[in-house]
Amino acid sequence: MTVASGTSRAVALRPWGWVAAGAGLWAALFVANEMVWDRLVFDGFGLDGRLGDAVHFFLFDTGKILLLLVAVVFAAAVLRTFVSPERTRALLGGRRRGWGNLVAAGLGVATPFCSCSAVPLFIGFVSAGVPLGVTMSFLIASPMVNEVAVMLLWSTFGWKVALLYAGFGLVLAVVAGFVIGQLRPERWVEPWVLEVKAAASVEGARPSWAERFTTGRAEVRTILGRVWPFLVGAIAVGAAIHGWVPQDFFVRYAGPSNPFAVPIAVLLGIPLYSNAAGVIPLIEALHAKGLALGTVLAFTMAVVALSLPEMILLRRVLRPRLLGLFVAVVGSGIVVVGYLFNAIF
Amino acid sequence: MEIKILGGGCANCRALEAMAKEAVAALGVDATFEEVTDYAAIASYGVMRTPALVIDGTVFLSGRVPDRAEVRRIIEGLGR
Repeated sequence: MTVASGTSRAVALRPWGWVAAGAGLWAALFVANEMVWDRLVFDGFGLDGRLGDAVHFFLFDTGKILLLLVAVVFAAAVLRTFVSPERTRALLGGRRRGWGNLVAAGLGVATPFCSCSAVPLFIGFVSAGVPLGVTMSFLIASPMVNEVAVMLLWSTFGWKVALLYAGFGLVLAVVAGFVIGQLRPERWVEPWVLEVKAAASVEGARPSWAERFTTGRAEVRTILGRVWPFLVGAIAVGAAIHGWVPQDFFVRYAGPSNPFAVPIAVLLGIPLYSNAAGVIPLIEALHAKGLALGTVLAFTMAVVALSLPEMILLRRVLRPRLLGLFVAVVGSGIVVVGYLFNAIF
Repeated sequence: MEIKILGGGCANCRALEAMAKEAVAALGVDATFEEVTDYAAIASYGVMRTPALVIDGTVFLSGRVPDRAEVRRIIEGLGR
């Protein structure tokens, strides 16, 4: 029936129409963000000098980053409807160490999880026969290398820094997982975890495009809802640093000439909990005032990959020894990455 | 029906539970609620991302907070 098929075709195309409309609106807002704040802050309120610069930086950056986040999170969420942890686990089950670590780190980037899911994921992977070191590669890569981090680094430091960050992050996840795997970590897992018989997960039906876009929209809402206080806080502090901290303030204490700057930054970052959106606007300002790039990036990695709340959650399944080992291996890897960055830039 | 919310007591789990309760009340379905926070029990359902919605032993959702309409559809479909 031509009429029926015509209608169903229109229904199938409708979600694409919404996405196109959204993209148009997004582009208009992006352009407006450039123009509005110049007019308003400098001409409208007549602010100039430090205060004007700081206010302009805050408003412009908040608008720009929020818009970029919306686009990137939406696109990534839609792409990710093609990947699920169930499929990831099936891909990783029975993988050897080495290759397995590499595949796990790659899949970690493609499979996001909120830190409250770290424990169920860990149990799910281990009970399905994924080696511990391979599971660790996954758990390290996922929070550290993701679209939000890469996009923010790209827009603040350029594509070279963003790609190097992603590359180093992946290598770090592979190596750290491999090293932990070599140390027979099974002895330091809480015994009950190894006895869990996880049910095989049933995979749902293939989602339609409309459902994929709905997932994307929901993801934008969840992620922005979670991230915006961090983001606005970081940009506000960053704006204050831009405006009032003297130029080259940090060079005296933590510039490239101080060999301890990187490890200190990592030690400071480990207990802190934030996501990339809450750190990168801040480190951009710190970098502008003389902190070396490797130092601020090492700080970023430490903040997003390791945190006290996540450790407390993981403590339920890992003995303190393995937890300590995890922090030590990942932390030293981050220090190495920091030095490498400082050597390159 | 027997509704279980799986998750470590995070904000998302509470949001999901609130939606399910709302749907149950609106539809007038007879249901019991239980929060499952034990990780071994969560794993036994094959769930790797919380929160998850389990009704009468079947996993209907995991790893995301759905919208109200979706929860309502799920419960409505089972209620008949």
